[in-house]
Amino acid sequence: MKYMLMMNTPGNGPYQIGNWPKQDIQAHIRHMIALNKTLREAGEFVAAEGLTGPDQARLVRAGKDGAPITDGVFPESKEFLAGYWIVDVDSPARAYQIAAEASVAPGPGGAPLNMAIEVREVMSGIPPDML
Amino acid sequence: MSRPVLDPDAEHLLRDLAPQVLGAMMRRYRDFAACEDAVQEALIAASQQWPREGRPDSPRGWLIQVASRRMVDQVRSDSARRLREYSAALDIGQVVAAASVESEADEDETLTLLFMCCHPSLTPASAVALTLRAVGGLTTAQIAHAFLVPEATMAQRISRAKQTIRTSGLRFERPAALARAERLETVLRVLYLIFNEGYTASVGPSLQRVDLSSEAIRLMRGVHRLAPDDAEVAGLLALMILTDARRDARSGPAGELIPLQQQDRSRWARGAIDEGVALLSATLGKGRVGPYQLQAAVAAVHDEAVRYEDTDWPQIVALYTLLERMHDNPMVTLNRAIAVAMVQGPAAGLEMLDAVAADGRLAGNHRLDAVRGHLFEMAGDCGAAVRHYLAAANRTTNTAERNYLLTQAAGVREDLGT
Repeated sequence: MKYMLMMNTPGNGPYQIGNWPKQDIQAHIRHMIALNKTLREAGEFVAAEGLTGPDQARLVRAGKDGAPITDGVFPESKEFLAGYWIVDVDSPARAYQIAAEASVAPGPGGAPLNMAIEVREVMSGIPPDML
Repeated sequence: MSRPVLDPDAEHLLRDLAPQVLGAMMRRYRDFAACEDAVQEALIAASQQWPREGRPDSPRGWLIQVASRRMVDQVRSDSARRLREYSAALDIGQVVAAASVESEADEDETLTLLFMCCHPSLTPASAVALTLRAVGGLTTAQIAHAFLVPEATMAQRISRAKQTIRTSGLRFERPAALARAERLETVLRVLYLIFNEGYTASVGPSLQRVDLSSEAIRLMRGVHRLAPDDAEVAGLLALMILTDARRDARSGPAGELIPLQQQDRSRWARGAIDEGVALLSATLGKGRVGPYQLQAAVAAVHDEAVRYEDTDWPQIVALYTLLERMHDNPMVTLNRAIAVAMVQGPAAGLEMLDAVAADGRLAGNHRLDAVRGHLFEMAGDCGAAVRHYLAAANRTTNTAERNYLLTQAAGVREDLGT
């Protein structure tokens, strides 16, 4: 079963990685790289991406003529998706365990961030035979 | 310029030969992980060379030779420790000379290989991947594509599965009679899993994708050939064939689910239904009736009804009652409730579902709500029908089923005029 693990952080929260000391940034990056390596070696990795910051995000809607109308920049306090993983695992429990490993990524001073990771199952189930 | 590709005939031949070649390699070198890699490379070499140079006179011998050479190369390039390990077994001259003999033991070895790939120490996902590669002769890329994961991830899963087999100390030999029955059960479960996975893949563009349901049927035919007297083996093969016979009718052009009641039965594969029914009939009187035979019998009852209204529901109730006695499984009760509702009316079915809900094992399972929605709709309780359809739609993990349930709920609401 596949799960999407979404790392949501408030724009003014602790995940202001740009302001961290160098060694803290490096420790954080090392943690994430190690986590991805573990997932690859376990044969559970499907995809993982980090997203650009919220200052580059745009909300897009179609106008009357169907052309895109963009909206942004957003207030710093708005929660945003920093990145995500898609994993293929044997149980929900394993997906939660991976999310916990992402959650404890070190922040400033090396302390675990304990970020909230939203875990959602990807629609990939088997359709019923007898409808 | 595009490279010449293997014709389907040769592709089938390669895939059929894969487990035989691996069996022959195992007899010489014993090391499952290394032999399996060597055979995979030989298969890939064949798919590149045969279209250019033509099919060799003895395809099997050709594959064994190439695989043996790869094995030797691999060991030579490996560490000295591994070289010592293998040195006794390595003799190219002997390998080449022996390449064209030994076919009598092949058949048994395919079964032994299946027992190995479906070992209980592996997770279902690992057993599935390893079986498709080692016995099915599929490439890692094909398997990865079928499961929509990156090739590197699938390669890692397969290599870890082989590592698990290595550390468990499993030997390449036929299991003893008592263990055999139990291990065969695991093999059947894994093959059924592969078959069901094929259903997920049946929606959407699949031109380049391996058809897992057909692959499961092909492997299952092999098992049936090797164990023709096992009634449950025949039962599962029949179940797969009888279910697959409805494939073309069970989804619309956009991949939407079409329920049994609305399927165009002229699109069911008549030949497949006849084959499945014949397989199942042949098991009668061959010892204990098992769960796969019973499920196949249910599928046969559906397949043999010319119209939905002609379905022999009392027969289906009887079959599920037998199945329920064998298996204390609320999912079986759920299915029996549908059949009971068709015979005695929705109230009787709903009453059974109350008991299923109270049992608690299906808590959170969307199928319970989906069936309740259906029976409430039959009973004319539209409010309850909508409520349960929507609850099921929220919980299913299949997109096509969610779309179906949402549409059902909307239809009932419209009939209500709200």
